[in-house]
Amino acid sequence: MGTIQIDRTIDARGMACPGPLMNLIGAIRQGQVGQVFEVLSSDEGSRTDIPAWVAKAKHELVEVRQDDGYAHFIVRKAR
Amino acid sequence: MNEQEKPLSVVLFSGTDDKLNAAAVLTVGAAAMGIPVNIFLQYYALEAFRADQVHSDHALSWDATEKLRPMIRAHPGQHWSELLKQAKEVGEVNIQACALSMDMFHLKQADLDPLVDGIEGVAAFMASATDGQVVFI
Repeated sequence: MGTIQIDRTIDARGMACPGPLMNLIGAIRQGQVGQVFEVLSSDEGSRTDIPAWVAKAKHELVEVRQDDGYAHFIVRKAR
Repeated sequence: MNEQEKPLSVVLFSGTDDKLNAAAVLTVGAAAMGIPVNIFLQYYALEAFRADQVHSDHALSWDATEKLRPMIRAHPGQHWSELLKQAKEVGEVNIQACALSMDMFHLKQADLDPLVDGIEGVAAFMASATDGQVVFI
């Protein structure tokens, strides 16, 4: 997936639930439509919470990728 | 998040840090998902929202065993007051102090943290709950 241009990376590794989600929400609110945000999270809750929030808020979950002890969540601000 | 969601109404009675934190986590999750939250502060929870008390040690509930206590204390999660602040930033969260408890503890709104939006009676709280769930913590 090397073609995705990331506009902003939020390194929330080590943060407890729901910290990574709240950081993503804050960043998306400040961002522009079309921008792509990447959240790095080691919180297990993010695996369910970030996709649930992205669907509810009608943004686009571009990719979820597991890494060593954490995951990358790539989200496009859609509105 | 334009569709009208039923509110979640939380009667927050307990004043220990673990229960305050559990309530704050529920609130921030609901707020993030577009669910309005009403919080009604009674008894010991109200005492914890005094402006001069928010950041003091509110101890843990009786459910916290000797084995669990250090794990709870060591956990790097955010303070409940910070979670509630975030909840208010992302969603619709209305925190009201129970008029009866205010009277019981001789409190005025000026004594409370700015997180508290106002003082109301139980009937007004139940009216705001409409047909949503009411939980007691």
